[in-house]
Amino acid sequence: MGEKVLMKGNEAVAEAAIRAGCRLYFAYPITPQSELIEYMAKMMPKVDGTFVQAESELAAINMVYGAAGCGKRVMTSSSSPGISLKQEGISYIAGANLPAVIVNVQRGGPGLGDIQPAQGDYFQATKGGGHGDYRVITLAPSSVQEFADMASLAFDLADKYRNPVYILSDGLLGQMMEPVEFKDAKTEKDFEELDKQHFAWCMHSNQDEPNHHHHEINSLEIDPKVLEKHVEKLGEKYNEIEKNEKRWEEYNINEENQMVCVSFGTASRVVKSAIDTLQEAGISVGLIRPITVWPYPSEAIQKALNDKVKKVMVFELNLGQMVEDVKIAVNGKLPVEFFGKVGGIVFTPEEVQEKIKENL
Amino acid sequence: MEVIATRPKSLTNVPFTYCPGCLHGVAHRLIAEAMDELDMRNNMMGVAPVGCSVFAYEFFDCDMAEAAHGRAPAVATGMKRARPDMHVFTYQGDGDLAAIGTAEIIHAANRGENISVFFINNAIYGMTGGQMAPTTLPGMKTTTSPYGRDENDIGYPIRMCELIDTLVSPYFIERVSLLSPQDINKAKRAVKKAMQYNKEDRGFTFIEFISTCPTNWGVDPLKARDWAKENMLPFFKVGNFRDKANAGGE
Ligand SMILES: Cc1ncc(C[n+]2csc(CCOP(=O)(O)OP(=O)(O)O)c2C)c(N)n1
Repeated sequence: MGEKVLMKGNEAVAEAAIRAGCRLYFAYPITPQSELIEYMAKMMPKVDGTFVQAESELAAINMVYGAAGCGKRVMTSSSSPGISLKQEGISYIAGANLPAVIVNVQRGGPGLGDIQPAQGDYFQATKGGGHGDYRVITLAPSSVQEFADMASLAFDLADKYRNPVYILSDGLLGQMMEPVEFKDAKTEKDFEELDKQHFAWCMHSNQDEPNHHHHEINSLEIDPKVLEKHVEKLGEKYNEIEKNEKRWEEYNINEENQMVCVSFGTASRVVKSAIDTLQEAGISVGLIRPITVWPYPSEAIQKALNDKVKKVMVFELNLGQMVEDVKIAVNGKLPVEFFGKVGGIVFTPEEVQEKIKENL
Repeated sequence: MEVIATRPKSLTNVPFTYCPGCLHGVAHRLIAEAMDELDMRNNMMGVAPVGCSVFAYEFFDCDMAEAAHGRAPAVATGMKRARPDMHVFTYQGDGDLAAIGTAEIIHAANRGENISVFFINNAIYGMTGGQMAPTTLPGMKTTTSPYGRDENDIGYPIRMCELIDTLVSPYFIERVSLLSPQDINKAKRAVKKAMQYNKEDRGFTFIEFISTCPTNWGVDPLKARDWAKENMLPFFKVGNFRDKANAGGE
């Protein structure tokens, strides 16, 4: 651990990714994530890494596929419209059981939308996005520090499950400066260890070595019986991830709560400050902040529903995409209300307080 | 008895899935022979496309990636950048390379990626059952140009060697034909040159094979060859476009 430095989220996650062993980065410029690609352009040559500005997000994610197939830690980043273009590649990466990290610095949509912070890609990230039966582990940071910390977590999870991992941030977290402290950088020994772990499945040829298996990075199984087994195995992996990797934060959750709020990322910061003000006025409201939005921490919400809780409220910067997951968790036990802002507008703490009071 | 012809070591013993008379197998063999002769098999990685040669990852005896339709040059870029000590090639059809993957091939060529691209031009989409390709000739009937390709409506075929030859970075560009034994011998020499340059990391090398698709053209293999000689070769002129080793070409 070093000392704290003041940094933009986009730069902090880039620095943290390099420290986590990312030596290959492929991307295409887009606001509000451009500081990330620019940081990589500047820093990758200094660590003997690879930076390629691709001709499109489509090309970038396919470069990621190729590099991941060689067993290396590789990352790409973009903002919403570019993430849409990456969906083809993400589906292939998931289908071929490859580890990769994809950062989405979300902006307002649909279409070209605007360049302000939004959370409109929740469905895309957590419910598929591309074609076929697959899941992407999705981490949702709410501060620059957490954004940076998630880089190494994302690579570890990607490697552990050989699965793509999103860091689902937004324009505010990307552009905002906050103090951040970095973990120690990976050493040569760590890299050797990682290479050793990936050797069993990645492409490296050397056909003449004893016991060499012909390694294929592939998602095509033309025989339905074989594809059935392949997809069922993916399903088992997703079950395993659901069992092990749910993460969340509990904020002011206690026996006195009259309401439980659910909110992630930038939106949750505003909800926290509203909760603090209400608490001072003697109104007890708790917050469950999903840190993984897939796998979704349903049990955390269920456990927070004490006898005094009369309602659950969801706050997001979209039209209420997470409400479905919250309703599944609440399972009809209590009413679930929603308040959101769209178009790149972030609600104020006062607006959130107002909505909570209206719903008490 | 002396063995004078055998399967190249760089091909697995998985049987090809190609139709009778298809020339994909010939192109595979030329690449595999070059890999053997240049002793590259142990540090070669390849990328298979989407198209009839989609199973190329089972045929070449080196580690292989299967790419999404048209993305092979981007995938190969990722592979070569991740493992600069290895050698990388792609194998792509004309729909894959000259339609859906146009951006990827042009930009990989323009970056001068240290990879070899083998491009099979059979003037049609083979795998999906004979639809029009970007290389389908004017007047040529396919299932999606049932009245013949109308160049005034959909444009002329794309000449990829000529297009790539406008870029500064590529190291070696050659169009070869697989339409006669003599042509195949010439093609072999070009493939080996490209592979040699690949081995030496000299830059981007590109070979276009003029090929046939008897099944989807609806003719027997010999007629297909004659048709291609008469119709494809005048439009797609074989020859070397670029060889930076002896600047200016042949
Ligand atoms: C994104 C996407 N679009 C379309 C297809 C369907 N498709 C499979 S192969 C192919 C055409 C291949 O033709 P070509 O590249 O000329 O190769 P050939 O089969 O002739 O060898 C198409 C359109 C696909 N697999 N993926």
